[in-house]
Amino acid sequence: MSAQMNSDQTLEAFRRDTRAWLEENCPPEMRQPVADEYDICWGGRRAQFKNDAQRAWLQRMAERGWTVPEWPQQYGGGGLSKDEARVLREEMASLKCRSPLTSFGISMLGPALLKYGNEKQKSEHIPKIARGEIRWCQGYSEPGAGSDLASLKTRADDQGDHFVVNGSKIWTSYGDKADWIFCLVRTSFTGKKQEGISFLLFDMESAGVTTRPIRLISGYSPFTQTFFDNVEVPKENLLGELNKGWTIAKYLLTHERNMIGGMGTQRVTPLSQLAIKHVGMTGGQLTESALRTDIARFEMDALAFALTMNRVTDEAKAGNETGAMSSMLKYYGTELNKRRAELTMSVTGSEGLKFGDAHGEEQLAAMWLRTKANSIEGGTSEIQLNIIAKNVLRLPGA
Amino acid sequence: MTLVLTDDQLMFRDAAKRFAAERAPVAQLRKLRDDLDPVGFSREVWKEMADMGWAGVLVPEEHGGVGFGFVGAGLIATEIGRNLSATPMLSSAVLAVTALLQGGTPAQKETLLPAIAGGDLVIAFATDECVRHTPYHISTLCTGKHKLNGRKLHVLDGHVADRLIVSARTSGDIGARDGITLFLVHPQASGVTITRSSMVDSRNSAVVELRDVVVEEADIIGTFDKGAIVLDAVLDAGRAILAAELLGVAEESFERTLNYLREREQFGVKIGTFQALQHRAAHLFCEIELVRSVVLRTLQALDAQEPTASSLVCLAKAKASDVARIATNEAVQMHGGIGMTDEFDIGFFMKRARAAAETFGDQYYHTDRFAQLSGY
Repeated sequence: MSAQMNSDQTLEAFRRDTRAWLEENCPPEMRQPVADEYDICWGGRRAQFKNDAQRAWLQRMAERGWTVPEWPQQYGGGGLSKDEARVLREEMASLKCRSPLTSFGISMLGPALLKYGNEKQKSEHIPKIARGEIRWCQGYSEPGAGSDLASLKTRADDQGDHFVVNGSKIWTSYGDKADWIFCLVRTSFTGKKQEGISFLLFDMESAGVTTRPIRLISGYSPFTQTFFDNVEVPKENLLGELNKGWTIAKYLLTHERNMIGGMGTQRVTPLSQLAIKHVGMTGGQLTESALRTDIARFEMDALAFALTMNRVTDEAKAGNETGAMSSMLKYYGTELNKRRAELTMSVTGSEGLKFGDAHGEEQLAAMWLRTKANSIEGGTSEIQLNIIAKNVLRLPGA
Repeated sequence: MTLVLTDDQLMFRDAAKRFAAERAPVAQLRKLRDDLDPVGFSREVWKEMADMGWAGVLVPEEHGGVGFGFVGAGLIATEIGRNLSATPMLSSAVLAVTALLQGGTPAQKETLLPAIAGGDLVIAFATDECVRHTPYHISTLCTGKHKLNGRKLHVLDGHVADRLIVSARTSGDIGARDGITLFLVHPQASGVTITRSSMVDSRNSAVVELRDVVVEEADIIGTFDKGAIVLDAVLDAGRAILAAELLGVAEESFERTLNYLREREQFGVKIGTFQALQHRAAHLFCEIELVRSVVLRTLQALDAQEPTASSLVCLAKAKASDVARIATNEAVQMHGGIGMTDEFDIGFFMKRARAAAETFGDQYYHTDRFAQLSGY
């Protein structure tokens, strides 16, 4: 028997066991499609579970380390191989299991902690992320540092055994609900601006931290402005080396971009189905031909993009270089998502315009407005194009 | 199946890449054009390509080919696109071979496939009758037992073909999918007139006129009146391979343009430092990456005979046509004045992108067909 066949058989056995366990342990309520914000479990000290099923599902998955299947077992991860993790995703998808836990700790900070954290930091923070005990937020952008993130001014002054942080962050996603923040701070005012930035972790309950919600055009307030007034942060909470935080910041951003870019391929009702319902058919074709053409062009680009995501994943698995692709996926994915939302609004006409405190089931207008942020957050489309020009195309002076 | 090339495919591609660049580069196409070459490609080079396995890439080994499938044929086509290599690859090795594999009798396969694979026989596929691709608009009539009358446009390599495969209406109305039959026709047969057309891309195209051309039962390819089954397969094969070629055209013109942006100076700096140009180049990079994915996926789907392959073919041909158009237009624009000169090669790529897009349906045709196949 070849090694390949052997591992195929092992993988199939893993699939059977996984399926059996999921069928046994995933509550029926957790196999319903996510209908609203409250169906997403973010965890944290102040976690509000919608029901017992949501709480049980998180606990059971966390016990196996399957909230973070590929992270090492010693830090509360599942310790699964890439192939096993893929099998788990496939089996969860086929049983329609919801994700047990969504958090910036998982999608952003965790990979950076695993790569740059010291042993104490890893064993302190990663298990709490895996179990959903601590909810993290991201302190990157500032009122004066958006696309030019490296010009950030929030400062951390060395006071011997601790830093004192002063300044303000903006666009802190769920800053008012988070327990801890991973935060870029200036620790040097000389030399290149990128070389004076450090990466700090601290508790949002520390004295001197306040947040203020920001109401958006969509009517939601998912972001806060966050203020730091003489916040004391122990030295041991510095991730990586002093003044080397920019490298970690960029590494983490590639994970954020992949997450935002991937939103363009989320399973939603195909636009053409929505159009057949609202626009109608004449002679086997959508009644409005110009709209039909734009819908077809969108659906073709969306399929081409999904295939490209698959190809990048396959290339990565085959060990080929794909690092440069994250900007492409972020740029193209978010622009596609905006196109989908614009066309959805066109297709649904006055129905799509409905808006108000009592958001309807579809919340199309709010969704449309929300997508406008996709090409701004995590580095604007223009910044992604700059990165591609510089790092991929090697154009001069870029 | 993963969207990554196997080691065998990578080796095959690298060999094709070296060969096309050495033996069939843009300079060769330029020379063929300037010499008003009567053949329109180098028979000597085509024979060498056959030795490399190109002419028989789709032909199974039992019939003298290498059986590398559509993925293999696409890898060659992309290198052809990068070098604008003039060859009868599309007409003979893709269209005719697909027709014979899908509908050929054992006798037809035994006599014709080894000869095509060996590079000794060129067969052209004559079907389009409208200036814009309209596959079932076939008014070439087959009457009695059996006489063909009609006129075929844009027959690739028609004027040098040793045989023609001709679609004709044996029943039904013009435009109907039913009632089409494919025939093998000898170009020297009485009543066949073939006129070479001079095309903007300097590649071979001809008009074939048929006047009371006599054909036999044994010349039928596929089933009488049901020729559209074979025709559809032939067209999808051609479209997918053209998409692969267009990918090569887009990639090469993009790389040449990037080099120019890195070298050309104006206002005392490299023009590649200008953000207006950087962003257009970066966007184009993304579009070309998408084309890479769809072309590979489509060729794999054809090899696996997946039921949804036709939708993917539409996606590939539409996307590749559109992106090659953008890539070559941007190439000319970013090269500035020199891009408008015949002396510089970049214009050749724009011409080929236009012609290859037009052949067997452009982005408009295939966007429409994609929507139809998707039920709207």
